[in-house]
Amino acid sequence: MQAVPRTNIATLMDFILKYKTFFIISVLVLLAGCSSPPGTWGWYVIDPTTKGGWNNIKFLLSGFSATIMLSVLAAILSIIIGLVVALPGMSQNRLIRLPSRIYIEFIRAVPLLPMLFWVFYGLPVILKSLGLNIPIDPFWGAAITLAISDSAFTAEIYRAGIQSIEKGQTEAARTVGLNYFQTMRYVILPQALRRILPPLANQFIYIVKMSAFASVIGMQELTRRANEVVVSEYRPLEIYSLLILEYLVLVLIISSGIRWLERRMGSDQR
Amino acid sequence: MTNTNIAVEFKDVNKWFDDFHVLKDINLKISIGEKIVICGPSGSGKSTLVRCINSLETHENGAILVNGKTIEKTSKNNQKANSDVGMVFQQFNLFPHLTVKENLILGPMKALGLTKNEAETRAIKLLHRVKIPEQVDKYPNQLSGGQQQRVAIARALCMEPKIMLFDEPTSALDPEMIAEVLDVIIDLAQEGITMIVVTHEMGFAKKAADRMVFMDDGKIVETGNPEGFFENPKTERCKLFLEQILQH
Repeated sequence: MQAVPRTNIATLMDFILKYKTFFIISVLVLLAGCSSPPGTWGWYVIDPTTKGGWNNIKFLLSGFSATIMLSVLAAILSIIIGLVVALPGMSQNRLIRLPSRIYIEFIRAVPLLPMLFWVFYGLPVILKSLGLNIPIDPFWGAAITLAISDSAFTAEIYRAGIQSIEKGQTEAARTVGLNYFQTMRYVILPQALRRILPPLANQFIYIVKMSAFASVIGMQELTRRANEVVVSEYRPLEIYSLLILEYLVLVLIISSGIRWLERRMGSDQR
Repeated sequence: MTNTNIAVEFKDVNKWFDDFHVLKDINLKISIGEKIVICGPSGSGKSTLVRCINSLETHENGAILVNGKTIEKTSKNNQKANSDVGMVFQQFNLFPHLTVKENLILGPMKALGLTKNEAETRAIKLLHRVKIPEQVDKYPNQLSGGQQQRVAIARALCMEPKIMLFDEPTSALDPEMIAEVLDVIIDLAQEGITMIVVTHEMGFAKKAADRMVFMDDGKIVETGNPEGFFENPKTERCKLFLEQILQH
């Protein structure tokens, strides 16, 4: 096959890659810029050569696993819920379409933070009134809330992707005897997936960042741990700088993973 | 003619696209094994007529019977009646993410329940028949238009249909590729399969058609055997149309 033409996305990626080095260096320069007046920076709080600093670093970095697990679980759930919501949303029948539309419009309108409060503090009240004494686990509460909040967007991404596949594909699938689900499974979704992978990946990065909100319901992920150290050490500048760097590293790793996946699935081609 | 010899029957069929009355009182009987060529100016309803036969379009009133089974009016779910009907599209509509072989075996495996081996045997046999067995592992975008359309014909035949619909099968092709596709269709016409072809290829129609159907403005204006149709059209509208497409 001939050489793949460079797409706009690929050019953009090159730019980001170039800027990535620049970006990281500038952050490091900023952090190293301790030329501010004495007492502005106090790196001892995360100095790995001291016992206290090393303990703080270990405590902060161990939030990675919770953030990653929370994001991955929320993303998987969101991808499933999004598809289940999107498919009836494209029905010819208005009555089938309607619940999907209502779900998307409603969920999309609710900010994540109030939704988290509602699930974590409000929902147990309802459950109790129903005689169900189920405590809401911060991890599962956060994962499901993140997933539901995100699924409205995922559903719209699916819709855009599926509707971008020519009508002739569905018609051809029908003429070789495939039913609706077979047509989706073997003909439409494989083609749509290639097109929606970039926006889905975008959405995943969004989930990673939104997972920081889980800190407010006591989920011990990156942000929560940073808050806890700040409260005990009174060093917000250093701790939150490190926190931002943690998210930056995580997202850059995910981005490169996504690029690899896009190349493999041919989403970087036209 | 008894009903058992009828492959497709239209009884007073009407169809609208919103306000546009696209099919007007269509009555047509097509016998089993008959080769019908439908022609007419664009927008006359030819494609819509053909697409009603396999429920790609619904009709508002009248009745359509395919192999004796009634096509439901408002629903596109007529899998039983549609399963014997194959179709070839103007734009080929091959599945671009699948190889030629995968395009051919998908329907037989998922809809007919054939094993992979059985489906592949059938696919290879049909690729020989459309004269491109060597393209079996290529992707559609690696083939020429003529080759793609022949794959599409093979894909339809893989379902072993009793009726084949061709919706302007050569209209999207470069001139030098039209012949290779028409040859395959003419070859197919030698067999017992019922064929309904929408086309402007009048040379093909003379060779392959048992009967011509001329449509204009949503109505069937004229039908007849090819000899009479071309030599001696009965209506002015048909005469004018034939003059226009045959003058070059």
